[in-house]
Amino acid sequence: MLVLTCVPAFLVLLILVGLFVRARPILAEKPFFSLLFSSAWSPLKGDFGLFPFIMGTLWVTFVSLVLAVPVSLLTAVFLSEYAPRSVREFTKPIIDLLAGLPSVIYGVWGVLLVVPLVGRIIAPFFGVTSSGYTVLAGGIVLAIMIFPTIISVSLEVFSSIPYQMREASLSLGATKWETVRHVVLKKGLQGIIAAIVLGLSRAFGETMAVLMVVGNIPRLPRSVFDGGYPLPALLANNYGEMMSVPLYDAALMLAAAVLLLVVLFFNVLARLILVRVERRAA
Amino acid sequence: MEIRPHLSVQNLNVYFDQLRILKDVSIDIPDHKITVIIGPSGCGKTTLLKSLNRLLDPLDGVRVEGRVLVDNVDIYDPRTEVTEVRKKMGLLSQRPQPLPMSIYDNVAYGPRIHNHVDKKRLGEVVEQYLRMAGLWEEVKDRLGEPASRLSVGQQQRLCLARGLAVGPEIILGDEPTSALDPQSSQNVERRLIELKEEYTVIVVTHILRQAKRIADYIAFLYLGELVEHGPAAEVFANPRDPRMRAYLTGEIS
Repeated sequence: MLVLTCVPAFLVLLILVGLFVRARPILAEKPFFSLLFSSAWSPLKGDFGLFPFIMGTLWVTFVSLVLAVPVSLLTAVFLSEYAPRSVREFTKPIIDLLAGLPSVIYGVWGVLLVVPLVGRIIAPFFGVTSSGYTVLAGGIVLAIMIFPTIISVSLEVFSSIPYQMREASLSLGATKWETVRHVVLKKGLQGIIAAIVLGLSRAFGETMAVLMVVGNIPRLPRSVFDGGYPLPALLANNYGEMMSVPLYDAALMLAAAVLLLVVLFFNVLARLILVRVERRAA
Repeated sequence: MEIRPHLSVQNLNVYFDQLRILKDVSIDIPDHKITVIIGPSGCGKTTLLKSLNRLLDPLDGVRVEGRVLVDNVDIYDPRTEVTEVRKKMGLLSQRPQPLPMSIYDNVAYGPRIHNHVDKKRLGEVVEQYLRMAGLWEEVKDRLGEPASRLSVGQQQRLCLARGLAVGPEIILGDEPTSALDPQSSQNVERRLIELKEEYTVIVVTHILRQAKRIADYIAFLYLGELVEHGPAAEVFANPRDPRMRAYLTGEIS
């Protein structure tokens, strides 16, 4: 049992080590940090700067969180605190269904709807010309994909808060909204952070839907209306192709390792925040 | 009894879906006395108590008919502001429910949301009500700690202080000692007796001995019906209704 428990932790380590071993050829030629922070990506000339991809990943994820967190939290609050039972029971299965849709469907839908929306309406509104294949389009599609996760985890969290605690606040003459703000959200803070982290992890790793709408331009995005090229898309598009280019394979392995490191970093960060919140609320 | 008690229930009926929980309850609650609602479990005691400050409202499938007059205003009138009604009453629940914040913030919660206390005086007000609830000496050095770290008995007194800080006229207790050890129970009972000088107190209990200890006025509920009510001494000495007599002798419980 103990051995079995150790397997997952061991696997993560094994994957990470494996990726770095395969990335050794490129690390032998150039220092790790110059690869990480260089913006030059032209494999034929031997330039493998990963910075645009790292930033592409961070941008898309950030945009999706900015869009998804407020909307999902307010939805969860409405469903748990305000909506009549019938609405809640009708909506919950639909939200759970959204979580199970294959991501390629979100991708196709993004190409058909979100990309033109960004290209023809949102970008011109801000006075920018854009094809629509942008970081923003990626962020929107991703946001819609992580709604269900954040909503259903938050709903679980809210329903674990005893009704009597809300009653205590109401009986002091607090309005429903005051009760939500000071009691429900406060008591549920820990769980809400966990919900957001779950959404975040999904956003980092999501490949298919994002790569279909984000433009895949290996250049540093300067605004949400630029195209981007997140790490997962880089791997999915290029692994197995162009392998004749020297060091390409090693560069992609390094990209994979970096993606893994980024995800690990944010997970650890979230865990630390959780521990602090826990200690304060104890 | 006074001519115009400030809490009066008239023909109150409460339904949960099709089930009738309270049947035509009418009672005037005497001011500045402890009224104890007794009766077997499941007879509607808690429902009656919660109907007094409209805590039944948020529940699905509940219907209330009849009138509850507080200071001659029907609290179920659509024009009545529910938060105003609730401000007039402090509630002690079966298990104390400290809010997820510090001891200080728990007591300051009401004054803050109603904004009726000057910021500079808030500290004094918190102290005053913690003293009134008999908790000040125990917590004065740890006001910033989360309220959940207090013992259950202390939490219940904190809830009392929190309720008093809103400036109510009426204190409602829903079996307020049922989760407490005997000593804490006694402590809470003593507070309630002190408080009736200034407040009207209504307590639900299923402990007959507790009712005898603290009650000035008794209301006996049986299967949703208000069977008998009157001054405690009278009711205990000479119960009129056979069901009341059976309850007192322990034949029904």
